[in-house]
Amino acid sequence: MKLKLHIWRQKGPKAQGKMVTYEVPDASEHMSFLEMLDVLNERLIEKGEDPVAFDHDCREGICGMCGFVINGLPHGPKQATTTCQLHMRSFKDGDEITLEPWRAGSFPIVKDLAVDRGAFDRVIAAGGFVSVNTGAAQDGNAIPISKTIADLAMDAAACIGCGACVAACPNAAAMLFVAAKVSHLNLLPQGKPEKYARARNMVAQMDKEGFGNCTNARECEAACPKTIGVEFIARMNRDFLTGSLFDRPEGTGGGGA
Amino acid sequence: MELKANIPSGPMEQKWEKHRFDVKLVNPANKRKYTVLVVGTGLAGASAAASLAELGYKVKAYCFQDSPRRAHSIAAQGGINAAKNYCNDGDSVHRLFYDTVKGGDYRAREANVHRLAEISVNIIDQCVAQGVPFAREYGGLLANRSFGGTQVSRTFYARGQTGQQLLLGAYQALERQIGLGAVEMYPRTEMLDVILVNGAARGIVTRNLVTGKIESHVGDAVCLATGGYGNLFFLSTNAKQCNVTAIWRAHRKGACFANPCFTQIHPTCIPVSGDYQSKLTLMSESLRNDGRIWVPQQKGDKRAASQIPEGERDYYLERRYPSFGNLVPRDVASRAAKAACDEGRGVGPGGLGVYLDFGDAIKRLGENNVRDKYGNLFEMYERITDEDPYKQPMRIYPAIHYTMGGLWVDYNLQSTIPGLFVLGEANFSDHGANRLGASALMQGLADGYFIIPYTIGHYLANSKLDKVAPDDPVSKAAVGEAADRINKLLAVKGKRSPDSFHRELGKVMWDNCGMGRNAAGLQKALQRIPELREEFWKNIAVTGSGDEFNQQLEKAGRVADFLEFGELTCTDALHRNESCGGHFREEYQTPEGEAKRDDENFAYVAAWEWKGVGEKPVLNKEPLNFEIVHPTQRSYK
Repeated sequence: MKLKLHIWRQKGPKAQGKMVTYEVPDASEHMSFLEMLDVLNERLIEKGEDPVAFDHDCREGICGMCGFVINGLPHGPKQATTTCQLHMRSFKDGDEITLEPWRAGSFPIVKDLAVDRGAFDRVIAAGGFVSVNTGAAQDGNAIPISKTIADLAMDAAACIGCGACVAACPNAAAMLFVAAKVSHLNLLPQGKPEKYARARNMVAQMDKEGFGNCTNARECEAACPKTIGVEFIARMNRDFLTGSLFDRPEGTGGGGA
Repeated sequence: MELKANIPSGPMEQKWEKHRFDVKLVNPANKRKYTVLVVGTGLAGASAAASLAELGYKVKAYCFQDSPRRAHSIAAQGGINAAKNYCNDGDSVHRLFYDTVKGGDYRAREANVHRLAEISVNIIDQCVAQGVPFAREYGGLLANRSFGGTQVSRTFYARGQTGQQLLLGAYQALERQIGLGAVEMYPRTEMLDVILVNGAARGIVTRNLVTGKIESHVGDAVCLATGGYGNLFFLSTNAKQCNVTAIWRAHRKGACFANPCFTQIHPTCIPVSGDYQSKLTLMSESLRNDGRIWVPQQKGDKRAASQIPEGERDYYLERRYPSFGNLVPRDVASRAAKAACDEGRGVGPGGLGVYLDFGDAIKRLGENNVRDKYGNLFEMYERITDEDPYKQPMRIYPAIHYTMGGLWVDYNLQSTIPGLFVLGEANFSDHGANRLGASALMQGLADGYFIIPYTIGHYLANSKLDKVAPDDPVSKAAVGEAADRINKLLAVKGKRSPDSFHRELGKVMWDNCGMGRNAAGLQKALQRIPELREEFWKNIAVTGSGDEFNQQLEKAGRVADFLEFGELTCTDALHRNESCGGHFREEYQTPEGEAKRDDENFAYVAAWEWKGVGEKPVLNKEPLNFEIVHPTQRSYK
C-alpha cells in the first residue's frame, strides 16, 4: 500500500518543530506500524537524511516505551493496542497518516516523537510502593486474598506507564496512571497500612509535576492500551478524600519514648 | 588464568547457609561509605539496587531506557518457579535443584543451582509482600501451574504478565529508594566501558543518550545486570535495544566470557512474516499445558488445519515423548519442530511453522476457561497474525529467546575482575546448557534480592579500596577512549545503516550457529564475520552527531560489539564437540536424533579470555563435578 505520512520533526527539547511529509510507497499490511517506520528510516539513512526518532523497545506491547499520536489518537485507531502492536492492516492504500508526539507540558519532547516521561517515575517514587525491605517477608500464603480482589488489583496493575492517558486527556491529567497504581496497592492487604498516605503523596507529586485536573472526559479510558477503567479514579478519589479529611498525616503521631 | 569458583565446602544443602555465616559483614555505619554502581534495572539490577540501598550502601543505578521500568524482564510472560510444594505434588528444594541441573543438561555448577532452589521460596514471599498480584485460587491462596521440563506444578504467575508484575515490584522498591535519596538513578544512560584501578573494577564510562555527554562514574564495586545477548541473531524475542555492549566491554577489560554458544531457542514464537520483520514475539510456554502441537503426517499437505482429519495429524511430541508429551523442555521441543519442518511437513508461509492447537482444550474446558487462562496471549496472537486462535490452531516456530552463556562468575557472582559482579541473564549462571521455563525470573531475583547483598559485603570488607576521584587519570583515559570510538563511528560516513549490518550478521549466526550447528557451517561463519566487521568499519552510515539524541549512533556502537562477539560465539560452538541443551552439533547425535553429550571431554565451563580483535581467544576451563545429580542421558520419553 502507498502511504503519505505527516510527521512532527523536532531536533531537540528547545528547538522549534514542524510537520514534515514523507511518502512510503510500498508498505505491507502485515508490517507493524513501527516496522513501517523502520523501512522509512532505512531509506532516510540511505539518502543521508536524519531518521525519525521514536521510543520503542519490546515491541510486544508490554514495556510501555513506545507510543505517539496517530491521526489524533494516542497509539492509533485500534482499541486496546499499543503503537508497536498496531499493524498496517488497520490502514488502507492511499491513506494519509499524521504522527505527533504525546502533547503534555509534563512530558517535554526529547526529539521528534520521543518524550521525557520522568514525571511518572517521580510520582511512583512519592508513594507507589509497599514499604517493605528485602528479607522480612512472611510466607506468601499467610494472608489469603480473595480471587476477586486479586484479579481487580491485577486489572489496575496491568498499566504499562506509556502515557497515552495523559496524551488523550484534554487537560493532560495523569489521573488514570496514578489511580491505577494507587488502586493496585490499596486493594491488597499488603498495601493497606499506607493506603491514605499513598493516595495523598502520589496526588501531591502529580500536581507538582504540572499534570492537569480530571474533568471526567474519560478519554484516558478510551486510549488506554490495557483498557484500565476510570472506576479506579473513583477509588483513588475516595482514598484521597478520606485520607485528607480523616487520616492523621505522618509526623503528628502521639510521640513516645 | 586460574578460575576459582570459590564453592563453599560441606554438604550441598548446607553450603549457602555456611557461606552466609562465613562471609564478612560491613557494619551499618560503614555501609554508608561505600558506593556501588548497578548497571541495568531489570529484575536482577532493580532488585540489587533496591536491596543494597535498603542495607545502607550508596547506590547509583543506570539504564538506557527512559525509565527503569522498561527493562526487558517486563516481557516475561509465563511465571516464576519456587519449591513451595503448595500443590502437595511431591515438590521440594531438592527436586527443583535436580530438575534444573538435569534440564541444563549437566553443564551448570551444582552448588549455585542448589542455592537458587533454596532461595526460590523466599522470592515468592518477598514479591507477595511488595504487592505483586499473583494469581489466586478461590480460597485466597496462591495458584500454581506446570511448565516445561518438570512434572510438578511449581510455577507462580500473574496472568500472562508475570515478568511485568515482578519487575514492577522491584522497580517500585527501587523508586522508593530513589525517593529516599539512597539511589541516584540515571535513565537514558548507556554504559560504554568499565574503569579498572589497580586491577579492580572501580567505575564505568557512560554516555548520556539525550545530550551525548560522555563521563565517568566511580565507586567501590560495579554490578552488571545488563541482560542477555540474544539480539546477536538480530531476530529474537528480546527487546530491540537489548545488547551485549556492557558485558562485552567488561570482557575486553579482562572478564572471562563463559559458554557463549549456549543460546536458548524457544519453541513457541510467532513465525516470521516478511523480510521487514524487526523482532519475533514469544507465545508463553504455559500454552503448552493445554495446547497440542502437531503437523500433518503427509509432506506438503496444503489443506487448512480444520480439513485435516485427526488420523492424518502427527502429534509428534506426544508420540516421541509420551511421559512429558507437549511439556518437554525447550531445546527438545524446538529441535523436534525443526525436524518436522525439515521433513517438509511444516505449515504456513514457507513451511516454517507447526500447529499449536487448542481445539481439544476448548472442548474439555470451554472457551471461557481457556480465555481466562490465556486470553491476553490469544489476543496478542490475533493482533499480530490476524488469525483467531479460538477458531484455528496457532502457527508457531522456534526463535532465539534467552542466553545461558554470559560473563563467568564465581559462587559470589564475581567475575574474573575483582569488584565486578555480574547478575541475572548477563552471567553464565545456573542454567547450564538449557534453561527451564519460569527459571529466569527466579534467577534474576535470587541474584539481586538474596545473593549480592551478602557477597558484595564480603568483597568490600576484605578489600582495601583507596578513594578514586572522578577525574583520576585512569577514568580520564577511559572517557577519552570511549569518545574516540564514538568519533570513529561518526567519521566513517559510509553507505550502510547499522540495521543492515545487524540483519546480515544475524542471518550468518542463525544459519550457522542456530538450532543446528556443524563444523563446516561454523567455519564459514568464522570466515564471514571478520569480513563483515571490516566492511562495517569502512562503510557504516551513522547520521547526525555525537552530542545529541542519536538512536543510530547507539545502534552502531552495539552492532560493532556484536560483530566482535559473534566470532567468539562461533569459536565456542566449534570447540565444543558435543551436543548439549541448546547447543546442538549435528555431528553429535544419537540414532533417534537426540543430543549426544560427551561428559568425558566436555564436562566443563568454557571461559574465554580476550586477546584482541581478530586474535584467538584463550580458553580456560572450570571442571564441573557432580556430587549429587549424576549425569545420565537426559530422557523425557
